[in-house]
Amino acid sequence: MTKAEALSSERLIWMYAQMVRIREFEERVKRTFTEHPGVMRGHAHLGDGAEGAIVGALATRAEHDLVMPSYRCHGYPLVLGTPARNLMAEIYGRKDGVCGGFGGSMHLADPARHFPCTSGIIAQSIAHATGAGLTAQVKKTGQVVYCFFGDGATKQGGFYESLNLAAIWKLPVVYVLENNQYQAYTHVSLEDANEMAGDPLSQKAQAFSIPGETVDGTHVLEVFEAVGQAANRARDGKGPSLVEAKFYRLSAHGNAITVPPVPTQFPEHEAVEVYGNKAEYAEWKSKDPIVKFRARLVGNGTLTDAAAKQIEDRVATEMEEAVQFALASPLPAPEEAVKHVCA
Amino acid sequence: MAREMMFAEAMAAAIMEEMQRDPNVVFYGQNMAMTERDPFLKRFGKERVRITPISETAEIGAGVGAAMTGLRPIVELYMNEFMLVAFDQVINEAPRMRYMSGGQVKVPLVLKAGFGFAAGWAGQHSNCLYHTMMGIPGLKVAIPSTPADAKGLLTAAIRDENPVVYLHHYMLMLDKGNVPEGDFIVPLGVADIKRAGTDVTIVATAWMVKKSLAAAEELAKEGVSAEVVDPRTLAPLDVKTIVGSVKKTGRLVLVDQAPRQSSAAAVIAGEVAEHGFGYLKAPVRMVTALDTPIPYSEPLERYVLPDEEKIISAVKSVMAKQSVGV
Repeated sequence: MTKAEALSSERLIWMYAQMVRIREFEERVKRTFTEHPGVMRGHAHLGDGAEGAIVGALATRAEHDLVMPSYRCHGYPLVLGTPARNLMAEIYGRKDGVCGGFGGSMHLADPARHFPCTSGIIAQSIAHATGAGLTAQVKKTGQVVYCFFGDGATKQGGFYESLNLAAIWKLPVVYVLENNQYQAYTHVSLEDANEMAGDPLSQKAQAFSIPGETVDGTHVLEVFEAVGQAANRARDGKGPSLVEAKFYRLSAHGNAITVPPVPTQFPEHEAVEVYGNKAEYAEWKSKDPIVKFRARLVGNGTLTDAAAKQIEDRVATEMEEAVQFALASPLPAPEEAVKHVCA
Repeated sequence: MAREMMFAEAMAAAIMEEMQRDPNVVFYGQNMAMTERDPFLKRFGKERVRITPISETAEIGAGVGAAMTGLRPIVELYMNEFMLVAFDQVINEAPRMRYMSGGQVKVPLVLKAGFGFAAGWAGQHSNCLYHTMMGIPGLKVAIPSTPADAKGLLTAAIRDENPVVYLHHYMLMLDKGNVPEGDFIVPLGVADIKRAGTDVTIVATAWMVKKSLAAAEELAKEGVSAEVVDPRTLAPLDVKTIVGSVKKTGRLVLVDQAPRQSSAAAVIAGEVAEHGFGYLKAPVRMVTALDTPIPYSEPLERYVLPDEEKIISAVKSVMAKQSVGV
């Protein structure tokens, strides 16, 4: 099923709830820097703005399909069913974190829920996802691999090598290019040849003679349809596709890089902070995928305003509980550090 | 039962046997299995034996992803230098996944590559790069010196649940030796005493084991009894066997084909300084390549690399308790 109109009300409401959960989770991660200074270490990257791309894509997956994104990875496991409390605990470096405090924000993992691992190095996880596609093909598991990465990754060799390999081997991988328009601090117009020529980034698919499509990533159902089609193609043994979901990251690339004991905070989005372009930010903020989807569902009677509010309240409670759970979770015992080096 | 075979044959036997034993083992790389006549392709088919484009990041990275999800890939990389274009995958991906996931995933991956091709391959194809990989927690490095070890270590590497860089020396490929048939494992992390002796311990790897054994025969004629220890894996490193040998002989010469700076020899010397200082009767000597790139022309190449004569001279200086100036 790849047609959005065939989605049941129940499924649409589930999709809305997942989008709200991702947003609220990311808001709580961000607020940690002010509410609980010193709790967060290192670098956290948020997926607010990407909810349409993440949920639209993942709503097409079958239960055993694998999900392999990059380091901007908080949203996916939430949708896969990993408890928010264990994800938050990981980001807080706690014992009850999904990785026991060994990974942190950039390296969430829950292989039991088909979320094997993530890499913090741009584009390298595209190769890993391609290898997972090899496993699915060799072992004939019928799995499709959902590989997510940003626009910045499409300038890396790992992207080109992996898509070529997946194309020649017809691997069951859907490559979802989340074009949030900024690689870290650099705008896509400053570094992408297709963008400079006025072409969509999905044009890169032509280099591998595979399907490439660009959709409005702020429109969850558009993503659903395009990724659904690509997943069907993969499932039918016809090989990989590239789907570009174009949207806008609503927070900065990550928290500011500071050296302890200087506290770290989330700066303003790069459009404002680096480029001084408040109008650009405001324009995209007005296309918030959650606001748009809510209006649609309430507008067509799938959801009442009260029911939507109920979802939002429930999610707020869930994420507050996740924060409290993570804060209460003990730090790992120091000597644990030598575990897990080798199997 | 053992059968005489070449080093290269011993490696092929290990891969063949492990692919036969375990359907999850896959084998791929560049310029391999190009025709139907390929013995691996014939036996295991196109799904498990694959030719790849010149794409090391995708080859090794796909190996990491495939290993995390249930296969046991062997990636044929031909030359250790070719890993450099994908070194992130070797150093910062494959050995990190298990740890970062808090022990949830494992990466049973073999990266197979030749090295040390001292036959006029010049600056970019003759290097010994194991020192760049032996200090990466989670990554194992195997470096066999005999056909039997070639098979046993490769079998162990394929069965290991962790990423293993398996390095075979080009100059040993045609060497023959007795290789046990059937299931034969040389455990990773166990050194082997290739020649017993009482006066001096020579620690060497790969081609340098062969040169050290030849040097030991010459020294025996002069009444010096040298023990030759081959660590066989540099990570994990069997410090215990090395220190045990030094305890017996009281003298240590380290032979390493890589340049001296940051060499495996220097690492082992450090371990012996910490754990075996009291046993030493003379200063430790390192016989390594000079700190230069590898030159093309034969006399230049010979000048740079360790050889029998240099080993013999180092042993003699150790026997005479001579220190060498910096």
